Amino acid sequence: MTSNSVSVRDLSLNFGAVTVLKTLNLDVRDGEFLVLLGSSGCGKSTLLNCIAGLLDVSDGQIFIKEKNVTWEEPKDRGIGMVFQSYALYPQMTVEGNLSFGLKVAKLPQSEIDKRVARAAEILQIQPLLKRKPSELSGGQRQRVAIGRALVRDVDVFLFDEPLSNLDAKLRSELRVEIKRLHQSLKNTMIYVTHDQIEALTLADRIAVMKSGVIQQLADPMTIYNFPENLFVAGFIGSPSMNFFRGEIADRGGRKVIAVNGVDFGMESYPARGPLETGRKVVLGVRPEHVKVDESVPGSEEHDAVVDIEEPMGADNLLWLKLAGQTMSVRIAGARRYAPGTALKLGFDMSMASVFDAVTENRV
Amino acid sequence: MADTASIDHSTITSTSAKSAAGPRGKKPRPLFSSRNIMVYGVLIFAAAYYLLPLYVMVVTSLKGMPEIRLGNIFSPPMEITFEPWAKAWASACTGLNCEGLSRGFWNSVRITIPSTIVSIAIASVNGYALANWRFKGADLFFTILIVGAFIPYQVMIYPIVIVLREMGLYGSLTGLILVHTIFGMPILTLLFRNYFSALPEELFKAARIDGAGFWTIYFRIMLPMSLPIFVVAMILQVTGIWNDFLLGVVFTRPEYYPMTVQLNNIVNSVQGVKEYNINMAATILTGAVPLIVYFVSGRLFVRGIAAGAVKG
Repeated sequence: MTSNSVSVRDLSLNFGAVTVLKTLNLDVRDGEFLVLLGSSGCGKSTLLNCIAGLLDVSDGQIFIKEKNVTWEEPKDRGIGMVFQSYALYPQMTVEGNLSFGLKVAKLPQSEIDKRVARAAEILQIQPLLKRKPSELSGGQRQRVAIGRALVRDVDVFLFDEPLSNLDAKLRSELRVEIKRLHQSLKNTMIYVTHDQIEALTLADRIAVMKSGVIQQLADPMTIYNFPENLFVAGFIGSPSMNFFRGEIADRGGRKVIAVNGVDFGMESYPARGPLETGRKVVLGVRPEHVKVDESVPGSEEHDAVVDIEEPMGADNLLWLKLAGQTMSVRIAGARRYAPGTALKLGFDMSMASVFDAVTENRV
Repeated sequence: MADTASIDHSTITSTSAKSAAGPRGKKPRPLFSSRNIMVYGVLIFAAAYYLLPLYVMVVTSLKGMPEIRLGNIFSPPMEITFEPWAKAWASACTGLNCEGLSRGFWNSVRITIPSTIVSIAIASVNGYALANWRFKGADLFFTILIVGAFIPYQVMIYPIVIVLREMGLYGSLTGLILVHTIFGMPILTLLFRNYFSALPEELFKAARIDGAGFWTIYFRIMLPMSLPIFVVAMILQVTGIWNDFLLGVVFTRPEYYPMTVQLNNIVNSVQGVKEYNINMAATILTGAVPLIVYFVSGRLFVRGIAAGAVKG
């Protein structure tokens, strides 16, 4: 295993009686792009602020480059940070913004010029250096904000929802740029977002957070295909995973999940342990893992009728009812089904997820 | 796609054809509608109501005493004279001293400028510390300060007299400046704290990551963004201190009396005839400074008050 760039040990943070982070542990590898993903209020930004040193922790330790920085000032931690609101100093030019921290650190002017020039080149903002932030577009501002972290020449970059204030087109452009930046710089980056697309596209590993606890920490494909619990399964993916509440039943030696009289065979499901008959479970299947009018080995065929069709260009989304409940199916955009069309569904159980109905953990 | 587009198009044409005969474009608004008469009537009445005293003062100050004795206070002067103004400024008597208001004017300047600068300097740092550096006990400190804003001046006058006497500052300009600075502190601190908390917190965080400390952030980041609130504070302090009468009369000796106290002494002098024209001129002269301050910076004042009010 490679060395850790940032390590968080048993970190707790309370605001009065409110616990925001609960004995949290996290290791970020050297050069890794780690995304903290969660809905607002889950503690992801708080965790980032703790790592940055902008918030005092209640308990626990933070290590950056093997050095205990729990009590260090933000400037001494070897981090650079990019904020959602850009947080550019409005009265300074772009150049002033980039060099402010270096001037405070009393670096020689020649070194300051060198670093500013390099950052401006990497981010392609040389023509903007003499402008004020108010004269820049949102995308340019965020580029300058990234530049401000870049000139600090640090090991760890912290991003706090950097793209959330941008419109959709700019967001996808800058997303690619951040990824390219990471590939060329190979710095450790910790990136907070509530946007699962950003998380899935950018991350080496994603930490899904809820109520101050990391629910699952894994690479994007594992998170997407093998969610550890019901929360992660429901949070990732759009439209959401289809859930069916039922129980394990025995049909003449064959294990199935029975949901409102509909059986889903379990042969191809990679179960982690034995599943006793009568156990209450939740079956989760992603819309693209349901096949329409195609036979799936080991799966029953279920009859259903198209309720609503949502053509999305590359994909086509069908909403229909099965086992008394609404579900969605994603098929290729060229395959069209008018509402009211009867069709047959096959479930790819090897890609399904089954959770215990009580513990909500994967079984 | 083509289908939808053509449907949209036909819908638009049919609606526009239907509405061709009906109302179109800007809705006409008659100048003398009952709404306009109501709105402008009230505004003009209110403006006249507030301006009338000023008119009477200006007119009277430009008349000679014989004309004033005719008793028609609203009529414009038949013969304009500036003598009352000159007399009010340079030779009106208060007791034994006949230097006019000029001495009081310079006293007020010597009181107002240092009090304003010192109180704003301290209060802005207070507000900045309270808004951005949530130190231990900050809330308690702030509450105490706010409670201070609601205690009537009169209650504190005697204790302060004793404190100043013990410090050897009683009767001096320094003592009065100190008192003005202290009395301005609660409201100014509140003003600055609210303004600084309304600035984006991330700017402060970014500056801390950049390694800036307490004073660097204050001078290099916060100050340049805070011109409006400094103007507001300046106006509040200049007008407040300039118009102050009570503290001026209690804490200084006659040779240091501010303009307001001297004005009162001129207007209320019981010897001889009442020279209304001089009184009016003296009053306008005393009020001129706050008036000029408002005219010069009124727009910034409104903007600053609004900016400070957004977030508490």
